[in-house]
Amino acid sequence: MSEEVTAEILTTHILELARSGRRLDGRRPEEYRPVSIEFGFVTSADGSALARIGETAVVSGIKLEPGKPFPDTPNAGVLTTNAELIPLSSPTFEPGPPHPRAIEVSRVVDRAVRASEAVDLKRLCIAPGEKCWTCFVDIHVIDHSGNLIDACMLAAVAALSRTTMPSRRFELGEDAPLALAHLPMETTFCRLGNTIVVDPTFEEEGAAQGRLTIATDEVGHVVAMQKGLVGAFAPGEVKELAEAAFRHGDKLREAVRGGTRP
Amino acid sequence: MGNGHRSRHRGQGREGAPSHSSRSDSARTLVLPGEELPSRGLGPGPGTYRVNGRIYASVLGLLQTQPPSVRVAPLAGRYIPRARDTVIGIVTDVQGTFWLLDIGAPRWAPLHMTGTPWKIDFGETQQYLRVGDAVVVAVEQIENTGRIGVTMIGDGLGKLEGGTLVSVSPAKIPRIIGKGGSMIQMIQKSTGCTLVVGQNGRIWLDGPDDGIVEVRSAIRLIEEEGHRRGLTERVQAFLDHGSGAPRGPKGPPPTAPWAATAEAPEPDPAEGPESEYDFPEKDVN
Repeated sequence: MSEEVTAEILTTHILELARSGRRLDGRRPEEYRPVSIEFGFVTSADGSALARIGETAVVSGIKLEPGKPFPDTPNAGVLTTNAELIPLSSPTFEPGPPHPRAIEVSRVVDRAVRASEAVDLKRLCIAPGEKCWTCFVDIHVIDHSGNLIDACMLAAVAALSRTTMPSRRFELGEDAPLALAHLPMETTFCRLGNTIVVDPTFEEEGAAQGRLTIATDEVGHVVAMQKGLVGAFAPGEVKELAEAAFRHGDKLREAVRGGTRP
Repeated sequence: MGNGHRSRHRGQGREGAPSHSSRSDSARTLVLPGEELPSRGLGPGPGTYRVNGRIYASVLGLLQTQPPSVRVAPLAGRYIPRARDTVIGIVTDVQGTFWLLDIGAPRWAPLHMTGTPWKIDFGETQQYLRVGDAVVVAVEQIENTGRIGVTMIGDGLGKLEGGTLVSVSPAKIPRIIGKGGSMIQMIQKSTGCTLVVGQNGRIWLDGPDDGIVEVRSAIRLIEEEGHRRGLTERVQAFLDHGSGAPRGPKGPPPTAPWAATAEAPEPDPAEGPESEYDFPEKDVN
């Protein structure tokens, strides 16, 4: 039972509602679900957060360890992102090797964090060519109710923003916060007929005819994009969606800035 | 977390042989998996098992003593099929002589072409039901191998055309049906929608668009507050109050099911103390 078949009548109903600008849960097409973040959710991690978008819940934990830099980047630290879609979170997820969807989520989150230069990898260098910090960004989806990419990104950035470099543990000096240079955020849109909706739910993703994820930063750069599912977006639409992505991204950034350091 | 909540239950001896109240004692008793249940000569019903003549709960849920058996109504969980249940299935695969249905159970249920009202020749199955179609079927039997036998022959069974589906936890279905089907009738009357409720937590509804939005919200309300008293009144008030307007999440945040048992319930003279927990077994059709 790896793929859940969406009932045809449900898909038809979602598309019919979309035609008049309505959605199953009563939201408007451009309305995001409520967002909340719980910082310091995993006490054993160097930084962590539980992010919720509607009923979707994602935990992210950051772990920093000294390691060896890559030979081609002797002056930079290492950043690795990994997303797990655990069977607990959805009936469609199975245990075993990573699902292509999990790989996509981790690659898209990794790309946005990397391309925005949110984590200054140069600052993770300890001794050029010899020793550097390796930063593991682990993402666990614990409840899948749609829009995993945005939720995973939100959790990862929220966790990174409250991460402490555990220098004392490795006898490398005093602990210091891992300062983020930028706050990149993903915003995902789905096409439902001629209507484009933001922050799709699980059911809407099942009915979607094309998905576009746009990563923005607070400076005004589009730092990464990902197109998914079968379906197309016109150039004009993409421009409009990029504008909208900044608006939604700014709200998500506000959620990360809010709250206090644990 | 179990112990903290359990200790707050109303006066029941917890040592030695448990002395749970039965339904007539007007207490809602939350039991944990593995907890011994008072059998009083009754047999093990759904949600329980028997070892050496003693009956234990197999799920986290509310204890119900319904002669001839004791049973535990789970608070949550996947649909566990039982014979004679009416369920809504979605076709996930088409074979030469049968379709595979996802009925929300741990396994897929094969619907054989002889179990339909149609006269089908071998290989014609695709012309009748395709992947993604929704059907109302009845569970006939659960074989020893775990195979779930379903049939589409019977009153109210068949392919669903139009309308839409809502999924809820199967544990909440009795709340949605209500005592003797009262809740479902109230919703249908107030919204002008037609509902078909499957015991597996899928609900088909059809009617005016505004009505569908309203039914959805009402179902969410029942899902979140089904464990609290005075549910019927609250749903009625909700349906009478502004209709059709799009709603965001409303009402108080979902309370943990045991919160209602942990605190003294507010007096509610309009309602018998146990009516919310009277699980009607078969109210569909």
